[in-house]
Parts: sequence; structure tokens; C-alpha cells
Amino acid sequence: MTDLKERPTPALAAAPAPARIRSRGHSLLKHTGLGLLTLIMLYPVLWMVVSSLRPNNVIFRSPGLVLDGLETQNYGEGWNALASPFGHYLLNSAIVVLGCIIGNLVSCSMAAYAFARLDFTGKKLWFAVMLGTIMLPIHVLIVPQYIAFSNLGWINTFLPLIVPKLLATDAFFVFLMVQFIRGLPTELDEAARIDGAGHPRIFAQVILPLMLPALATTTIFTFIWTWNDFFSQLIYLTDPDMYTVPVALRSFVDATVSTSWGSMFAMSVVSLLPIFLAFLLGQRYLVKGIATTGIK
Amino acid sequence: MSTLGSARKRDNKAAYLFLLPWFAGLVLITAGPVTASLVLGFTDYNLIQPPEFNGLENITRMLGDQRLHHALGVTFKYVLISVPLQLAAALGLAMLLDRGMRGLAFYRSAFYLPSLLGSSVAIAVLWRQIFGAEGLFNQLLNLFGITGRGWISDPDTALSTLIVLNVWTFGAPMVIFLAGLRQIPVMYYEAAQVDGASRWLQFRRITVPLLSPIIFFNLVLQIIHAFQSFTQAFVVSGGTGGPSDSTMFYTLYLYQRGFHNFDMGYASALAWLLLIIIAAFTAINFWAAKKWVFYDD
Repeated sequence: MTDLKERPTPALAAAPAPARIRSRGHSLLKHTGLGLLTLIMLYPVLWMVVSSLRPNNVIFRSPGLVLDGLETQNYGEGWNALASPFGHYLLNSAIVVLGCIIGNLVSCSMAAYAFARLDFTGKKLWFAVMLGTIMLPIHVLIVPQYIAFSNLGWINTFLPLIVPKLLATDAFFVFLMVQFIRGLPTELDEAARIDGAGHPRIFAQVILPLMLPALATTTIFTFIWTWNDFFSQLIYLTDPDMYTVPVALRSFVDATVSTSWGSMFAMSVVSLLPIFLAFLLGQRYLVKGIATTGIK
Repeated sequence: MSTLGSARKRDNKAAYLFLLPWFAGLVLITAGPVTASLVLGFTDYNLIQPPEFNGLENITRMLGDQRLHHALGVTFKYVLISVPLQLAAALGLAMLLDRGMRGLAFYRSAFYLPSLLGSSVAIAVLWRQIFGAEGLFNQLLNLFGITGRGWISDPDTALSTLIVLNVWTFGAPMVIFLAGLRQIPVMYYEAAQVDGASRWLQFRRITVPLLSPIIFFNLVLQIIHAFQSFTQAFVVSGGTGGPSDSTMFYTLYLYQRGFHNFDMGYASALAWLLLIIIAAFTAINFWAAKKWVFYDD
């Protein structure tokens, strides 16, 4: 978190002494307010974590965050509550996520290189088309896609989730990478070209190493979105053996109908843990990513 | 001249090679299905028998479909209430955080985290407990001697819990606002202070106009996003859109028609209506933007 430290704006640093004193009292008030808001914002999640460590009959009468003891039973029960141990669904999700990350990294960076560095006929038109597809809701694609994938026998496989990513359909990552490549100096490509390198080599040996930050942003966002994605996984994965974490968690909710919140919370916490880790490790890229492209 | 021509040609070939996956995706995954769903929208299709053209029947069916009208109402209400609230929270907090203050990075992270978690099934599960009859929210109300109700099981309040959830995820637009606020030159505020302008006046005359392209950008994005909300309503209502269809989001209705009843023709028509609605809202936004969005250059 320290690497995100902001420089004070010149206005405040150069403010005359009385203004600073006034702003100090003001700032105490502000920090109290912001601290309170932080607590309210994070309270539900913290309470879920704490409740996952409480016996079931206590959850309903304990709005507080202080634990009397550690009850890890919920985790054992939740882990084994469904047809397969929860690890099975974590593994399924991990496979889908990995496939999507690789797909997005390879296909989007290739498309971005063409849009950012190459001159070709119809470039403006195709670029506009690419931008247009960013806004396309998945719902107008899902029915024909479902029909096509089911004709291919791909229902209850991970292919309908991964193959589109291999084909650069997550256009905002193409856009993000185009913006990034455009910001790189062209001298290096030109030098490589003079040395006789073709486009594949310039792309692989000059551009790709330079665009690591953009690739990191893409990786983290793809990870989080795919891990959270529910709609398409719900549609394509109906065999409990193929369930990913969100679909499994949802079937858990429907099966237990609010009788064992403890184990449900436990598995919810397990399912959020990877997101939280990605957030901790990749904050810098997340903040940069949304600040430059406005994605969620 | 000829070297330039041949360089062009070589670039063309390389470009299309680099774009090959993207072109394949455009045809097979994006443009193809969009067109196909337009065609299917004029058919009756249940996945087993081949699709059968039924002219404008799906459209007349939409006109008389009470549940669809209800779903549209629920969705509009959700979008029109939750997006302004979410953006107001995002802008308000971004303004508070913009000065080079202590702990900025911490607050930004804390406020941003919910927008990463908010679309997950896990948070929807949590919401179901929090706003249930015996949930956390009622426990907290009890501390103040207030008797709550089953917020999710009551059709009058179920949608509000989802609106609260969307507002809770204000962190993503907040980060965009923060980036935008940093672009406004500090000297504008200094000059205004010298002239004795109040904070409110500075906000109205400096912040809002200079930030308006970003407010507009967030507005367009969040509206498009909110129209497509699905997971939370699905999990909170157990897939039904209940109680009494009070959380029947448009996408949930579409899912039920398409993937429960396998009424693929009607579902395709519904999908296109959603596309048209989103496009119309975006167009209205762009039209209205001329009146209030200020571009420096």
C-alpha cells in the first residue's frame, strides 16, 4: 500500500500557517468520518469472516465482530457439503481462469499490436468496430452462442468459457493495450526494424517486454472477472462435476435454504480469498487500469 | 513511391495475421451471434425442432407480456435510482480524498475493495443473510430498539437491498473520479480563493465543468452496467426474481425464458430489446451531454 502514497498537492504544502492549523482540526474531523465510513463499508465482509468462525446458533444473535472462540467446524462441513469436496470447484474455477488469462494475454496483445503499430487498410473502421463490441451486452450473444456450442457438444466443458478469450473478444483489453503501446516510444521498434527484425520479432522481443504493466492489469482483471463470472458459467455448466466456484456456491445456497449459514459463509470466504489476494498483490495495476480505461 | 507501396503491402499482411484471432472472434463469437439473435428474434425456437419464422409474433407477445412490463419497470427503477446514488457517493468521496492527505491510499483501497467483491455469488449470499428476517441488519436495528422486517422477503423492500448493494460498489467510479480530479490544475482553485469564491461556488464553477467529461463517462458506463445486472438478483431471489417478481431484473426474465423454458426465439427478441434500450439510453446520454459536458479543447 505504501507504493500508492500520494504527493501532497502544492496548494496545501504552500498554504500559510493559519490555514494549515485550521485544516489540521478539519482533517481530524475528516479522518474520523472517513474511518467510520470505512468501517461501515467493510463491516458486512468482516462480519461474514467472523461469523464463518462461529457456531450456527450464535450467528443470528451476534452482530459484533469479537469472537469468543474459533469454530473451524464450518469450514470442514462446508468443504464437504456438496457432491464433491469444495477443492474440486476451486480447481475447476482455476482451470477456467487460467485458460481465460492465457487467451486474453495472447490474443488481445496481438490485436493491440496491429492497431497500435501497423498501418493497414480499414484500420479506422476495424478499430471503431472493436470499440463498439466493448459495449455489447453478453445477452444478445448468449442464445446463438449457446446453440452453436451445444451443437459442437461443448456444453458442460470449459471450452465455451475459454475459446472466446482466445479470440480477443474481451475488447476492452485490446483497447487498454492499444493505449499502452501508443505511449511507448517508436525509436526502439525502428531500431529493431533497421536491424532486420520483422513484425513478429518486434512484437515478441521489443513490445511485449515493454508492455508488462498492461499485461499485468489484463491478468488481474481477467482473473477477478472470470472468478466472479456467474451468468455464462451458470448457463454452460449444468453438470455438478463441472461446476465452478460461483455455480457450486449458488447450488449450496439453494440446497441448504438458510439452515447452515456458518458453512455457507465459510465457503463464501474461501471463494473470496483469491479475489482478495489478487487485490492485495495487484492494487497498483487495478487502480491504473480503471483510471485509464474506466473498467470495473 | 514503389518502396512505400510495398511497405504498405507488407504491413497489411502482418496486420491481418496479428488480427486473425480477433477477426475470427468478431465473426464467430460477436457479430455472427448478434446477427443470428436478430434473426432468431423473429422465430419460434425450442432447441429441439428447427426454428420456425413467426413474423412479428414475438413483438406482439412482448406488447402483451405483463411480466415483461413488470421486469422493465423493476430494471428502470433499479438503474435510475442506484446509478445516481452510486455516482454521487463516488464523486463525494473522491472530492474528500483528492487533497494530498494522509492515508489516501488506505481509504482508496478500502472503498475500492467492495466493487471487486460486489458481483460475486458470495456477496449475494451474504446479502441474503444480512437483509433476511433474522439477518445482521435487523440485529443491528434491534440494538437501537427498532424491530425490522424480512427486507428480502418483503416485495416492498427487496429491490432496495439490491440498490444498496450497487451503491456499495461506488469504489470503481470513485477511482476514476480521483484520477480526473488530479487533472484539474490547482491554480484554478487558488485564483478562485483569491477572488473569495466559496467552496460551493468552486465546486459548481470549477470542479463540475472540468470534471464533466469524466462524470459523463462514468454515467454512461454505469448505466450500461446496471442494465445488465443479473447475479445479485438471481442469488438473492433464489433464481425466481421474487418475492412477487419484485427483483425480476430484465436479464433474469430473459434467462428464465431462454434457459428455463427454452423459448429461444422469444429470448432472442428480448435480448435485442435490451440492446435497443441500452443503445437508446446511451444515445440520450450523448445528446444530453451537449448541454452539460464541457470539453476544454
